[in-house]
Amino acid sequence: MQDPVAHSDSQIGRVEVKETTCYMCACRCGIRVHLRDGEVRYIDGNPNHPLNKGVICAKGSSGIMKQYSPGRITQPLRRKAGAERGTSEFEVISWEEAFGMLTERLAKLRAEDPKKFALFTGRDQMQALTGMFAKQFGTPNYAAHGGFCSVNMAAGLIYTIGGSFWEFGGPDLERAKLFVMIGTAEDHHSNPLKIDIAAFKRRGGRFISVNPIRTGYSAIADEWIPIKPGTDGALLLAITNEIIKLGLYDRDFLVQYTNSAELVIDDPERDNHGLFYRAEMHIEEGCFDPQNKLWWDRELNIAISTHTPGVEPRLMGSYTLDDGTPVKPAFQLLKERVEQYTPEWAAPITGIPAETIRRLAHEMGVTARDQKIELPIPWTDCWDNEHSSVTGNPVAFHAMRGMAAHSNGFQTIRALGVLMTVLGTIDRPGGFRHKAPYPRPIPPCPKPPHGPEAVQPNTPLDGMPLGWPAKPEDLFVNGDGEAVRIDKAFSWEYPLSVHGLMHNVITNAWRGDPYPIDTLLLFMANMAWNSSMNTSEVRKMLVDKQPNGEYKIPFLVVCDTFASETVAFADLVLPDTSYLERHDALSMLDRPISEYDGPVDAVRIPILPPKGECKPFQEVLVELGSRLKLPAFTNADGSRKYRDYPDLIVNYETSPGSGIGFLAGWRGKSGDKVLKGEPNPRQWEMYAQNGCVFHHELPRSYQYMRNWNKGYLHWARAHGMVRYAEPITLHLYSEVLQKFRLAAQGKWPGRQPPERLRQRVETYFDPLPFFYDPLETQVTDPRRYPLNALTQRPMAMYHSWDSQNAWLRQIHSHNYLFINPSVGLTNGFGDGDWIWVESPHGRVRCMCRFSEAVEPGTVWTWNAIGKAAGAWGLGANADEARKGFLLNHVISEELPPCDAGEHLSNSDPITGQAAWFDVRVRVYKAAEGEEHITSPQFASMPRLPGQDKPRGKWQAYMAGIFGKKS
Amino acid sequence: MTQFALVIDLNVCVGCHACVTSCKEWNTSGWAGPLADQNPYDGSPTGTFFNRVQTFEVGKFPQTETVHFPKSCLHCEEPPCVPVCPTGASYKRPDNGVVLVDYDKCIGCKYCSWACPYGARELDELQQVMKKCTLCIDRITDAKLSDRDRKPSCVLACPASARLFGDVHDPHSAVSIAIRERGGYQLMPEWGTQPSNHYLPRRKTVLHIDPDELTRIDNPLRKEDLTDYTGEETLDDVAW
Repeated sequence: MQDPVAHSDSQIGRVEVKETTCYMCACRCGIRVHLRDGEVRYIDGNPNHPLNKGVICAKGSSGIMKQYSPGRITQPLRRKAGAERGTSEFEVISWEEAFGMLTERLAKLRAEDPKKFALFTGRDQMQALTGMFAKQFGTPNYAAHGGFCSVNMAAGLIYTIGGSFWEFGGPDLERAKLFVMIGTAEDHHSNPLKIDIAAFKRRGGRFISVNPIRTGYSAIADEWIPIKPGTDGALLLAITNEIIKLGLYDRDFLVQYTNSAELVIDDPERDNHGLFYRAEMHIEEGCFDPQNKLWWDRELNIAISTHTPGVEPRLMGSYTLDDGTPVKPAFQLLKERVEQYTPEWAAPITGIPAETIRRLAHEMGVTARDQKIELPIPWTDCWDNEHSSVTGNPVAFHAMRGMAAHSNGFQTIRALGVLMTVLGTIDRPGGFRHKAPYPRPIPPCPKPPHGPEAVQPNTPLDGMPLGWPAKPEDLFVNGDGEAVRIDKAFSWEYPLSVHGLMHNVITNAWRGDPYPIDTLLLFMANMAWNSSMNTSEVRKMLVDKQPNGEYKIPFLVVCDTFASETVAFADLVLPDTSYLERHDALSMLDRPISEYDGPVDAVRIPILPPKGECKPFQEVLVELGSRLKLPAFTNADGSRKYRDYPDLIVNYETSPGSGIGFLAGWRGKSGDKVLKGEPNPRQWEMYAQNGCVFHHELPRSYQYMRNWNKGYLHWARAHGMVRYAEPITLHLYSEVLQKFRLAAQGKWPGRQPPERLRQRVETYFDPLPFFYDPLETQVTDPRRYPLNALTQRPMAMYHSWDSQNAWLRQIHSHNYLFINPSVGLTNGFGDGDWIWVESPHGRVRCMCRFSEAVEPGTVWTWNAIGKAAGAWGLGANADEARKGFLLNHVISEELPPCDAGEHLSNSDPITGQAAWFDVRVRVYKAAEGEEHITSPQFASMPRLPGQDKPRGKWQAYMAGIFGKKS
Repeated sequence: MTQFALVIDLNVCVGCHACVTSCKEWNTSGWAGPLADQNPYDGSPTGTFFNRVQTFEVGKFPQTETVHFPKSCLHCEEPPCVPVCPTGASYKRPDNGVVLVDYDKCIGCKYCSWACPYGARELDELQQVMKKCTLCIDRITDAKLSDRDRKPSCVLACPASARLFGDVHDPHSAVSIAIRERGGYQLMPEWGTQPSNHYLPRRKTVLHIDPDELTRIDNPLRKEDLTDYTGEETLDDVAW
């Protein structure tokens, strides 16, 4: 062999290095793609990128194998005439035919009833475009995957503190002293969190993990506190109880920046019970949170306007106003609420000893109080008080799906938001910090449409397809108070379903409840497999027919890069490109990648030409929008407005002359404006020259306390990020929720829920966080189904995205059910045995593995490793299908019929968040003689026309010669 | 003499496998490549990796530790794989201490893998030659790379910065300081192989709270020191 010292990669073949943004998961790191003779040789992290600072994860480095996977589809396909749906019998068609078919069908639907067209997308990060397309089309039936992912986390915190974890905020580990992570959160904000946790630990920070399972980040926690699934709320409320009891809360913070001291009407006989008492005074027009509420003055012992200079209000007690109205400060109500939630009460629920709960409370409270940070950063608050420094209480939290994917998740996450607030940690150093465009008003201003009249033929939707209801009038219901959307989002069943309920779309459309639809367009959403609950039944619904022989869901269009399980069910398949083959905008209008210090957005630019006939979904939408002559895509004279997606990204403005578009960087004719400015024809070039990322660092005085930071809020308003430069007072007490509860009690003058839902809304719309057993637990016999079943997210495999990836699948080619050895012992089976996991809804057969790193009431597996035979370009004997399994088969998308409804979603009753982690199971040994393969199995999916030939037994990738050889 | 090595910080390794695949992608198209995969898209996929993460549990529930343990060739100072090689294919570089295999000389006899007590060698089943970590010899000696990039791929990739690279013979290097000050240790030193790679152990941060700290004089509850008199009887009404 040549002496390696004499070997230089730079001299082998034609070398090019191009920068773009990764998409091996939703993290969106900056990458450098090194090419050798036009083939991908190496992908590494971009050292100058603010998000990943040069590092890259297991997925990112394996992008090569995604690019060259034989699982790719490369041609538009149409189900053959006469072929049964689901059998993958396709013929290749041209894009012109595909567009022709789609345009004809969609134009007819738009002219007759736009809601017959439904567009649902997966983890696409292009909702700015997909949402705009749906609105322009005029259909309300649009959402992305948020409803079945983590909407409880988004809504629970945004309705409490005006921001949330991941894209919109996170733990400030650079300055935190104590970090508490609750539940599985490994897949969201993956590299930045790894970077930060490692640095935090090196600095000597204390890291506590609360999780039923010790995997991932929990492995390096200083302390692991195992907890029973779905009981986080009980733990958080008991901690809050102890903190209030000992006076470990940040009184000054609560008074100045939250509604803790504001007086709530406390008389259950009155119709306005539970609302803030509002004094008659001048209110600024258009204000979202009028400052007309009252405090109780400690000195004078009278009610007085909030934030009256020099006044110190009471946080506790009960008072009577001059007009005889009995009132209490919101904090008093919280104190009364949590009095029942003692550590002794929480101990048997959570499985955590009472003394541990107390110690957690003490660690949080004492760290927040005694390790205060003072940064010499002057700032001015919204009440014109000048501050010479920014204070931090260095206790930080992080949580994602582990807490969110329960039907009690919203109130649990409210409890977390309240605890973070009580500790005084919001947008302060060492605590929780916002990321632009957050913080936003509580709740943010956009609203869904308000009634069926918002949907009209050949007309854009009147309202946003998704929004933030603040009162019953903001719901999207008809005259009977029933749903207008196919997924029943924003109805009284799930009033605050701010991300929709994608997990119920197929079932509802199949049943024709609330109405049948015609065309369902799915993008990047594997609804015939891991993205659906009750997968086996959903697959049957997709092929179920009317008595007349027509499919119940008449036309299914699937856009995907790979031959996923869902592609098999399509009537029309649109081949998407890989992330290295397209333009993309990771937009401030959707979910950008902002940092704590200011707004950041990013783009992708094509590194490679598209494979075969692949076309980016963005281009498909621009083409369809133009052909359908949707207003935003059409000039006044009826001609096409945008040549293609890059042209749209540069020139689109949210309204003519608004200066707000998809990308925030290098706006203005010469590229010298940020966030707001005229379109810049050279914007793409400028992104390309700057590593495909735009980072606007705010002055330090705008980097903290942004809910109440006058300078920041005015800057944000001037740059089009918020409508109001008003303080965003934290909702320790949620008057928004109380308004829905009053409606359920018949005390609200406006809209009220249908009779069947009154009790449900009254129960769950509690203005203060409370704990209840997950809905499924409430109706399941715990003796028959004694175990909780969960999934955790492997760091080397984002969701189901990479089974087609030759390298990543070697790390996770199949999964086991991990159980505490005591469970195996009790049930008579051993480590490695084949077992059945059975819930009230179904059962799967799989292999078990004993683990001491799981609490005995929980069994778990890696999420979505199991695959249907033949899908994703894998052979019929692939481990994913033979040894891998999907827990989804035992999880129902609906609750058993009850008084509140025949077909309620198995979701949070407030947000519609899919309650994946509520399922209860039992486990038992598979019988002697049963086959040693997982169950259920499905007929193998054949290779599709246009897909590469199977690769055979060996693959030896060497950039520059790989493609030429095969 | 320079001895390049990795120092792996188990205190911060979260087992994400970034080092595993960044190694694979660099080396499969590099001097030591390709790194073949068997059954890449079918049952029992397996392939050549120079670096793997093993995860194991220590202790009984609930005192369980989950340990992520990245492992690759340790570039021993006394590598047992070298003297057993009948063809001289296995060798240790005199200039930087990296242990390498010359595939042209390797006959795939596997003596070296039997000699290695760490299981760090992998026979490439396609080429039938022995392969293993080269410390990215074609990066760390490539003068055309920037200083920042002239490091093993795994080190640059690691999101937790759990992998340090440097000269363990230089007492002033970051790796030597880490070994010295943070209890860096070798694997199975009793074999006398003197592995150059070291591991840094887990460390626990605990917080002690004195009971006095829970009852401070500035307790905000003192500002809520209120009671209500609503006309009920007190000693003022009945005693003298």
